[in-house]
Amino acid sequence: MYMAFRAMCAAERNGDAACMTAIIEVRNLRKAYGDTVAVDDVSFTVQEGEIFGILGPNGAGKTTTVECVEGLRTADRGEISVLGLDPWRDRAELTQQLGVQLQDSQMPDRLKVAEALDLYSSFYRAPADWRALLEVLGLADKAGTTFKKLSGGQKQRLSIALALVSNPRVAVLDELTTGLDPQARRDTWELIERVRDRGVTIVLVSHFMEEAERLCDRVALIDSGRVVVVDTPAALAERVETEQRIQFRPSVPLDDALLASLPEVTNVLHRGEVVVVTGNSNALNAVVSVLARNQIVAEQLRVEQASLEDAFLALTGKHHRPEAESHGE
Amino acid sequence: MTVINDAPPVAARRSPLARLARVEFTLFFRDRVGPIWGVGLPVLLLVIFGAIPSFKKVQPGYGGLTILDAYVPILITMSLALLALIVMPSALVNYRERGVLRRLKTTPAGPVRVLSAQLIVNATVAVVTLVVLLVVARIAYRVPLPRHFGGWLVAALFAMAALMAMGLFIAAVGPTARAAAAIGAILFYPLMFFSGLWLPIPSMPVVLQHISHASPLGAAWEAFQNADLGHWPPALSLVTMAAWAAAFGAAAARFFRWE
Repeated sequence: MYMAFRAMCAAERNGDAACMTAIIEVRNLRKAYGDTVAVDDVSFTVQEGEIFGILGPNGAGKTTTVECVEGLRTADRGEISVLGLDPWRDRAELTQQLGVQLQDSQMPDRLKVAEALDLYSSFYRAPADWRALLEVLGLADKAGTTFKKLSGGQKQRLSIALALVSNPRVAVLDELTTGLDPQARRDTWELIERVRDRGVTIVLVSHFMEEAERLCDRVALIDSGRVVVVDTPAALAERVETEQRIQFRPSVPLDDALLASLPEVTNVLHRGEVVVVTGNSNALNAVVSVLARNQIVAEQLRVEQASLEDAFLALTGKHHRPEAESHGE
Repeated sequence: MTVINDAPPVAARRSPLARLARVEFTLFFRDRVGPIWGVGLPVLLLVIFGAIPSFKKVQPGYGGLTILDAYVPILITMSLALLALIVMPSALVNYRERGVLRRLKTTPAGPVRVLSAQLIVNATVAVVTLVVLLVVARIAYRVPLPRHFGGWLVAALFAMAALMAMGLFIAAVGPTARAAAAIGAILFYPLMFFSGLWLPIPSMPVVLQHISHASPLGAAWEAFQNADLGHWPPALSLVTMAAWAAAFGAAAARFFRWE
């Protein structure tokens, strides 16, 4: 909680105009199903215009949290304000302004893409032009295709289109790219960036660290129903950046002692012809100068730094298995 | 990107319920199950029964009607039952399974409207089927039209209410679309038996006749039969159907889940 508190203050101190308006505020949210506490104590603030990620392992309470934000569930305790509205009491107004993509929600098999969008746009006061939306999402040639015949990526893009057809100010997207192939995933990420460029605030629920690193301005790490930390992906990665790993293939055989004697280096390993050196943040400099002095070329040099994934592991103390995650929290 | 924000659709706005009903109609016909079973089968049976010579003779105990005359209201209840007990519940449970109802909950339209749309579609198709059955029976097989038309309409309305309530109950308790269809089928056969599909009620042993009169479709047959003969449906048959409608309607409201 201490870290979360500090991160929120940092965001507020930032003080640029875009960061001043809170569009979603969740305070001390709690939700239990019977004896199972899904969300214990979750607080965070989403600023207008940002992409805010909610990350966490299986069953951390991510989906339950956003379902409370969407007005699908009542909170047992705590306060939620979305666009100044109470999601449960002001459902009628909130649904007009909030775009939603649910985890595994499908359309009827025999409903065509154009029919789905035409239908959903009829629900809203000031809908977007769904034909233009189809263009943007690359679904224009699928307008007459039934839902059943769409590929996984096309179904996902349709659900994004349906979330945006109301011209929402805020969109909540749950497990946006789960089940998509890498190309479709990248296309979807680009799409989300373009949506944000239009001024839509986006809340992204994900278990993909790469996705969060690429898209999110800030992320909240949730574990066991509590917020572990809220910060930018880069700042989170820095927190755990204590070690660097340097890999290379030396042009001539190398005496380990040469590197192991460096104060910056903690460990030297051989993996076939590849040398793996572990050390502190100055290790790269030290290693490269020693190699240069001995006229050894480091081929295929790679430096691994702590990623959001490492931060995730360090902060939750859990082994994170992306592929094991499916749904239902 | 401005293109998206700048161009609201020019199409005439209609109410979400009207849109939903239109979409549900389209899906009803695309799915083919409803048209084949709810409309096609009863009409086919009418054609088959109409081709049996003995069905066209006046039968003792039928109040001057032929067996075919007595079968028309049975086929009408059959069409209502297939639509209300099997077609509608499996469509609704399918929507719950796929998260369609949940998704609608996050829109201003809400999930209640899709349920209403389903009721509208199935009731409309039922009315059309009833008209087709009456007209085909009249023109092709000289089955007289109901002599008490108002009474006949009231009978149809009560029968529809009882069956739709049972269908909503099935949709409430059916865990999957397949299970809902199975529950519907399990209810369908005894209900149709007591409406006289296999053995017309006047030919049943007395005990079975009593059970028939207490069953929703037996009561429906009795009401239709009286209207055919020019009488107002007996109050007891209407009360029986109303009671079934109220009981199952209340249970459906109690147990229905959106997700």
